[in-house]
Amino acid sequence: MDIHALQQIVHKTRDARRKQTIPKFSSADRDQLIHKYHPDFRASAYRPIAFGPNESDKTVVELAMLLEGDSSIQDDLDLTPQYTADVLVIGGGGAGCAAALHAHGAGAKTILATKLRLGDSNSVMAQGGMQISVAPEDSPVTHFIDTLKGGHMQNDHALLKVMVEDGPSIAKWLLELGVLFDRQADGNLHVKKGGGSSKPRLLTCSDYTGLEIMRVLKDEVINQKIQLLEFAAAVELLSDESGACTGAIFKDLDNQRQVVVAAKAVILATGGIGRLHIQGFPTSNHYGATGDGLCLAYRMGAKLAHIDTFQYHPSGAVYPEQLIGALVTEGIRSEGGQLVNAKGERFVNELDTRDVVSSSIIRECEEGRGIRTMSGRVGVWLDTPLLDAEHGPGTVEKHFPAMMLQFERFGIDISKDPVLIYPTLHYQNGGVKIDTNSETNVNNLFVAGEASGGLHGRNRLMGNSLLDLMVFGKRSGLTAAGRATAMKQGKLTLKHLQGFRAEARKHGNVSGVISPMILPAYTRKVG
Amino acid sequence: MATDDTQNVIDQPEVLKPRMVTIEIAGKKADVPEGITVIKAMWYAGIDVVRGVGCLGGFCGACATYYRTKDDPKVRTCLACQTAVQDGMSFTMMPPFPARKATYDIQTLQDPKQDLFNLYPEAPLCRNCNACTEACPQKIDVREGVWKAVFGDFKSVSEMFMDCVMCGMCTPVCIADIAPNLVALYVSRAQGAHFAEQPVGLDTRIKEIQDGRFNDEWNKVLKMNDKELAEHCAAVK
Repeated sequence: MDIHALQQIVHKTRDARRKQTIPKFSSADRDQLIHKYHPDFRASAYRPIAFGPNESDKTVVELAMLLEGDSSIQDDLDLTPQYTADVLVIGGGGAGCAAALHAHGAGAKTILATKLRLGDSNSVMAQGGMQISVAPEDSPVTHFIDTLKGGHMQNDHALLKVMVEDGPSIAKWLLELGVLFDRQADGNLHVKKGGGSSKPRLLTCSDYTGLEIMRVLKDEVINQKIQLLEFAAAVELLSDESGACTGAIFKDLDNQRQVVVAAKAVILATGGIGRLHIQGFPTSNHYGATGDGLCLAYRMGAKLAHIDTFQYHPSGAVYPEQLIGALVTEGIRSEGGQLVNAKGERFVNELDTRDVVSSSIIRECEEGRGIRTMSGRVGVWLDTPLLDAEHGPGTVEKHFPAMMLQFERFGIDISKDPVLIYPTLHYQNGGVKIDTNSETNVNNLFVAGEASGGLHGRNRLMGNSLLDLMVFGKRSGLTAAGRATAMKQGKLTLKHLQGFRAEARKHGNVSGVISPMILPAYTRKVG
Repeated sequence: MATDDTQNVIDQPEVLKPRMVTIEIAGKKADVPEGITVIKAMWYAGIDVVRGVGCLGGFCGACATYYRTKDDPKVRTCLACQTAVQDGMSFTMMPPFPARKATYDIQTLQDPKQDLFNLYPEAPLCRNCNACTEACPQKIDVREGVWKAVFGDFKSVSEMFMDCVMCGMCTPVCIADIAPNLVALYVSRAQGAHFAEQPVGLDTRIKEIQDGRFNDEWNKVLKMNDKELAEHCAAVK
């Protein structure tokens, strides 16, 4: 059928739905729903990791293969460094920039290396906002409780406490750098309510929060003259005799040369894994989100946490084809946008946590109440015109300019017609296990941001990622700088890699997979 | 499955039987399915893209591209991840452009509105040709923004350029060698750091945390066992 004919049911049922309230699931119903429909519980997608620090822990097959994968580096490579630094930051997104700025500010000679350009990351796409408890009726403790609830009580309490307590001073730092958070009439920071939160707590820069923060941080990294290595993909870390991290080897993607960097401390801020397309899901992630940091840290002996759980953002675009996987921000649901199945019915409280909302969308589609496209995709409607109906004409355009423009390019006016959505692979809930200084169990190896694990438990709450990046970027940068300026550069060896290879041989791993992946293989092999 | 095959299926004839179209990528002809994005067309044609792809979501500005449609002399600009190909389209990605970025310490500026003229002395030399506005894939009125910056209306500039993805397509077209996106970035940061109101509530909250106002509550929560904590969480609505 014509898409407009199928959309009619959404227009027809709008008035009746407006008055309807849908209660959140009880915790028992919620667990049942997630166990039945959430992709994290699809047993066939998982297998145990054969060896290494997380031996016999289960994760998705796509990640297990890479973690067990071999390095592209030969054991006898000449390790004479081309660059030396106190602190080497790997990754140019939010966590990487925050880490580099703080390490540099603390007096450390800092290098920031990134495999694409400075700033190319998921951070730049964050639309929903940043959770910080600034409202008088809110508190860091309430933020802690909400996050714990969203994370199924599995969050690391110590990490979570420092994140929520550091939040307000992070907001202050960003304001001083010139970030333009939305304000109330009295000049105070405007806060929006996010899914899974009991209080309005989201700081926003319209629907460009990540972009605005990243524009400012990138500019500041350049102004501070921090040394940059762009289009440099990390392919291996370096260790001394004791196993402490002492630098990294990069592949320059412009000339394919290997570049050795000696550093007293290394901060991995390499982001997530969306481009592994786990279980065949489309993704909202950027081009370089291939989990490189997890592989590098794993070979060094760093323990991973919660790597069996991923976040599928409820609203990835399904139509048109060009936008498949692209995010339709949660902000639309925060402002009252409803989810509607093919029968014109609501089926979930739209402000429940992401895992619950995603599971319920998958349920509707699997039980035949979805809308299908001829390319074999399925989805449900997100009633975007409801926002204009509810809050007055122009609301969608004013509050979601990025969203409007994105669909407008394909002739779709989301203020007039609903959009078709289905969950999209969005975030890696777990990652490398860290302590409150962002350090791993490997000495002088720090991990910050999405590549780290423990903070978010089994489901990250909306708006906590931007804060995570800033808080642990800062903590890793300051700790690494403090330590590095007071110690000598350790030896550069590949001892950890020799050990890892010996273990791989012992377990008969001959998959031939080389990791990290660096970039997804999207180029069609012609002929 | 409750639904039969004909119900609730969106017509997409282009998906069932993709029509192949002929396009030109950097001057070389290629046949690709109609309607895929410019980036995907490059991948389809067997071209590896390293420089020129970033977020794939229309936010990072890495994939700035010039294109022309069939028989139209007008060369337009787009983000390659956000634009569909059509028959006869010709495109090439914009190489990194060597624009000059001024460096500054945003927090210690004494007179940001005057400093604009030291940092970007070319900014007031705009000759009003409007090429920058026409080049903007985000539909920002760039020329107007440059003038407002020069006249000191930093607030308006910061609002107008909130959509700016820093693709830099406004820069090569400028006959006065202004980099409008960089000027706007400076102006927006100065607006935030120097002219925006201080949020009093934020300072209060920072002080409350420093003074330990929440310590009792923390002690209570952190001492709970798993069951008590779960019950406490469940009680928060």
